[in-house]
Amino acid sequence: MFNRKDLLGLRELSELEIMTILETAQSMKDKIDNPAKRCQSLKQASIVTLFYENSTRTKMSFMLAGDYLGAMVKDLGVSTSSVNKGEGLIDTGINLDQMGINIMIIRHSMTGAAHILAKNVKANVINAGDGTNEHPTQALLDLYTIMEYKKRFEGLNVTILGDIAHSRVARSNVFGLTKLGANVTLAGPSTLVSNSMKSLGVKVSTNIQDAVSNADVVMGLRIQFERQKAMPFPNLREYSSLFGLNSDILKYAKEDVLVMHPGPVNRGVELSTEVADGKHSVINIQVKNGVAVRMAILKLLVERSI
Amino acid sequence: MDLLIKNGRIVDPANNIDCKMDILVSDGIIKKVGKELDSSGTIIDAEGMWVVPGLIDLHVHLREPGFEHKETIAAGTRAAAAGGFTTICAMPNTEPVVDNEILVEYIKMKAKREGIVNVLPIGSITKGQKGEELSDIGRMASVGVCALSEDGKSVENAGLMKTALKYATMFNLPVFSHCEDISLVGKGSMNAGEKASLLGLKGISNDSEEVIVSRDMILADSVKAKLHLCHISTKGSVELIRQAKQRGVNVTAEVTPHHFTLTEEDIENYDSNFKMNPPLRKKEDVYALKQALKDNVIEVIATDHAPHHIDDKNKEFEKAANGIVGLETALPLAITFLVEDGYLSVSKLVEKMSYNPAKVLGIDKGTLSEGACADITVINPFYEYKIDVNNFYSKGKNSPFGGMTLKGRAEYTIVSGQIVAEKGKVREEYTL
Repeated sequence: MFNRKDLLGLRELSELEIMTILETAQSMKDKIDNPAKRCQSLKQASIVTLFYENSTRTKMSFMLAGDYLGAMVKDLGVSTSSVNKGEGLIDTGINLDQMGINIMIIRHSMTGAAHILAKNVKANVINAGDGTNEHPTQALLDLYTIMEYKKRFEGLNVTILGDIAHSRVARSNVFGLTKLGANVTLAGPSTLVSNSMKSLGVKVSTNIQDAVSNADVVMGLRIQFERQKAMPFPNLREYSSLFGLNSDILKYAKEDVLVMHPGPVNRGVELSTEVADGKHSVINIQVKNGVAVRMAILKLLVERSI
Repeated sequence: MDLLIKNGRIVDPANNIDCKMDILVSDGIIKKVGKELDSSGTIIDAEGMWVVPGLIDLHVHLREPGFEHKETIAAGTRAAAAGGFTTICAMPNTEPVVDNEILVEYIKMKAKREGIVNVLPIGSITKGQKGEELSDIGRMASVGVCALSEDGKSVENAGLMKTALKYATMFNLPVFSHCEDISLVGKGSMNAGEKASLLGLKGISNDSEEVIVSRDMILADSVKAKLHLCHISTKGSVELIRQAKQRGVNVTAEVTPHHFTLTEEDIENYDSNFKMNPPLRKKEDVYALKQALKDNVIEVIATDHAPHHIDDKNKEFEKAANGIVGLETALPLAITFLVEDGYLSVSKLVEKMSYNPAKVLGIDKGTLSEGACADITVINPFYEYKIDVNNFYSKGKNSPFGGMTLKGRAEYTIVSGQIVAEKGKVREEYTL
């Protein structure tokens, strides 16, 4: 059950829509490791990635997802395009529309950029991260990974740690997890996690030990230095000593806790290396699942358009 | 060894006590407060004296490390003991600035080894007090700073100040704000006005303090931080604080003895012992400050004890260092100008010099409750004497009060049950 033109955020998705995406992703996953399973089902679709911000995982994940389903995938090198001549986002979108693009995947540093593009083009738009608003495909791959290991969401204790204030990943996850019945705790220094987030139906804590206690899932977030004007804490050494997830802190979580991170990891800052590479970590699995989830989204959007 | 203080007037605002009773101290703890107690240990006859929780000074410059020629922890704590203080908070504007846990540990270690009263270190808000990046606030909190302060100046950048206030809430640390907009001070060296014109000195206007008082109260309120305003000196600041408190802002404020006793009119002969920051203001400001103490708009008396070497003071007024010593004159000034003049009852005085400072810090002091640490000051309120700066235990002799006759002296200063000073003199076993 998925009947939208665009995928802009998890805020507007229903529980059913989310589950549809996750279930579709399940049927896609074997295409990643087994080339024989790859197909041409999206042969008729043309896709462009439009990344106004840097990315490794997300962009490559989308491009490969398209490739594995036989779509035509192009990347608009934003830095080498007419954007550098001052062309606005809407004009760029309209031009791509004219060229017959079916799906536009956009990442932009400003909140709402994907929404504006979606309003102005015929193509399906997928938000690959807009400012500090949402990063729906990341949250969907996180949800998929949780489902794979825990088989449920209802009643799960999920703790999201770190730079909450600047994190679109945290916000998308909060929207998704709370819809699916998980108990979400957001934790970080008082300068990076605001009490106003409580209105989203989550707990807020500035004490990592309390926040991690009894958690089924702990998600670390990267400190986004590129989005800070003034440092919100004294230095990395103090941050990691107060909020870094290490094996001592992880002991407070449930024995079968999952450790997740959207990457790239600042090793020794938000996660210690032993935790990032340890037995609870599913960080690498998340990357693989990202491709499956994105295949599912492309498939669902194309099937709707036909 | 037990210690019994007999027949004194026990003034303990925390427990709403003001009556004649005895106090029995055992193993450094207040064991019993009651009538006609007995003991085989040392007995202090406190007939006619006030027995109060040990005085606490939130604002002291001990100058160590870095400026040991001005003051040391050893000398400063002796000045405190002689003046009746059992706990003092050390400002971080030393060299190097106290901005990390190593320096906090250093001060604690020195205080333990060489000090004779409790010393609580304050950490700086920004690294090196440069106003650019936060100090290691969390790590300092973990080794026991009692507060954060940039004292000596304000954090100029409002965004950084807000971040600091918000960050401090995590550790429940109060932020002590020195309120001074340096761009409004310019080259001023005394209060702006006719006296400055008469003396040919550039002035420092009240607004330089008041804009930061406003700013910091607004910021603290918006992030729900604990803000304490240092050395308030103007009528306008008092009004701003009064209004903020009516709105429910979590703010406390202090005034120094020199700001409630002296005015700009007292500055003569370019005597730099009258030069301090904030400067001595006008009569109307002094009146407003005393009224604010009475109305409890200002709840703390703190000295801003700022010792300097003679070479730092004995120079052109404009070049001379700011500040005066205060630990050995605060109590008699408060008794003479506030209690005798009817602004404060004895109990209110004790609130402002012990109970309220403890509350600002959130520490378990400032009371004479049974079971509390036996930090006690016994005060003779009738003893009248002439201040002689040469008798100060502080290394700094920079005081404008030399030669003045004042009333009130600490007869006994007792720290954790030990008498460290007696009749205004440090006990022989503790002298340097």
